[in-house]
Amino acid sequence: MTSDQIRQVILEILERIAPDEDLTDLDDVRPFREQMELDSMDFLDIVMELRKMYRIQIPEEDYSNLNTMAGTVSYLLPRLKDVAVGA
Amino acid sequence: MRYDTVIIGAGMSGLSAGVRLAYFEKSVCILERHTTIGGLNSFYRLRKRNYDVGLHAVTNYAEPGTKQGPLSKLLRQLRMKWEDFDLRPQLRSSIVFPDCALHFTNQFNFFVEQISAAFPQQIDGFRRLVARIAEHDALDLERSTLSARQVVSEYIRDPLLLDMIFCPLMFYGSATPHDMDFNQFVIMFKSIFHEGFGRPFDGIRLILKRLVKHFKALGGHLKLHAGVQEIRQTNGVATSVLLEDGTEIEAENILSSAGAAETMRMVDPNAPLLKAEPGDISFVESISVLDCEPASLGHRDTIVFYSDSKNFHYERPNVPVDLRSGIVCSPNNFDYSQPLEDGRIRITALADPHYWLNLPEEEYVAAKDYWNSQIIQSALRHLPDFRPHVIDTDVFTPRTIRRFTGHVNGCVYGAPQKFVNGQTSVRNLYLCGTDQGFLGIVGAMLSGITIANRYLLK
Repeated sequence: MTSDQIRQVILEILERIAPDEDLTDLDDVRPFREQMELDSMDFLDIVMELRKMYRIQIPEEDYSNLNTMAGTVSYLLPRLKDVAVGA
Repeated sequence: MRYDTVIIGAGMSGLSAGVRLAYFEKSVCILERHTTIGGLNSFYRLRKRNYDVGLHAVTNYAEPGTKQGPLSKLLRQLRMKWEDFDLRPQLRSSIVFPDCALHFTNQFNFFVEQISAAFPQQIDGFRRLVARIAEHDALDLERSTLSARQVVSEYIRDPLLLDMIFCPLMFYGSATPHDMDFNQFVIMFKSIFHEGFGRPFDGIRLILKRLVKHFKALGGHLKLHAGVQEIRQTNGVATSVLLEDGTEIEAENILSSAGAAETMRMVDPNAPLLKAEPGDISFVESISVLDCEPASLGHRDTIVFYSDSKNFHYERPNVPVDLRSGIVCSPNNFDYSQPLEDGRIRITALADPHYWLNLPEEEYVAAKDYWNSQIIQSALRHLPDFRPHVIDTDVFTPRTIRRFTGHVNGCVYGAPQKFVNGQTSVRNLYLCGTDQGFLGIVGAMLSGITIANRYLLK
């Protein structure tokens, strides 16, 4: 997947987890938690949705990479490079 | 068949845990002893009318689209929509004690104004109590217990106001007499006074049916009339459950909403109960069906919590029904877009479970009739005389509650001691629901979700 495709996947996950949030103006370099109501339960769900969709295991010590959209995309890019969208 | 998780009990907590596990592709089977879903919050049909078993109102009300609070958290976790619960807000509720009444709605400021007007000396203390509640993390699973009466009396000096605040909170969630754990107090205070009451137009069956549909669509299995006789274990690790019909079902993990004492008896019927003593706070409820809306008789309150003495007595009574206090609920008095099919008045009062459970079958019906009329009589101080409009009646007792929940004493809010972290002496056997300790319907669902997240989604 490309960066843009990964970004789209993350947006879809966020929409599923937090359907009441408006994500159109999401700033990629600001932490998710500053821009939307996302508690630790929701945050874990991002990790679990990724595991469910792409069988990717994200160890707890790496969670800090997932605080922003930009961080999440760059963390996932090498790990999902051989994965097709919707796999 | 071998499952990742077997869940005992298809009530709010078990179904919610099941949805979480099935959503994340765990194989899961929910076993329900009764012939229908719901547990304490079930529903039934009698003489062509629909009834809810326990529900007066769903607490933790929030407007659709709200981003914070337990209800929003719950819907997110279950991947369900606001419409799935269809909660309509209450109109107004009241706490009525001798010479004093406080009203509250789903707007917390209204309640603060009420207290300010009725107890001007206490309002500063009350505001400080509200601040204390706001900073308390009630979802912390590793906390110790603390007397709520002790904490709250540091802020509220007037014993009447103290009892008036405790009355609805204890009636709607306390498994312990007289006092409750401060953490439980915080959960109840937020869920009732801060957030408030709502109800689906179709009653609790709507939420339950949506949960089951969602669970099954995700691949979950549900077996009704499947009572667990034994939880089998080897060296402190549960391996399978044995059903009453002799079927054995293997599982990696077991999550039980059957109650702490009830669950440990499935592990070993002869084991000492340790701290898992069953509770004995229970109720009798009189349900009257009316030929008109209660509002047309002048009764517009959604719920009235009353006590005929200044000291509120929350305890197992030594008479069959304690007529000194009670709850009047009218399911009609929510903000629906159309009226319900018929009028309803539900009146609930504390009851002695030992009397009701030991009553010979031939005396049971007469006792229900007698106490039904006594309860109505005593509640008439707080609502207009609706008796000429009654077209049908039903009564539930601790006996009814035991049938739906399997709780030993027909106790409504489970064991006095809660098992907040959900763990038991058996390594892969966990507890959720009433005895885990989150309260109310939303609390029960969050209980299932929290324990599932913590132990069963690894």
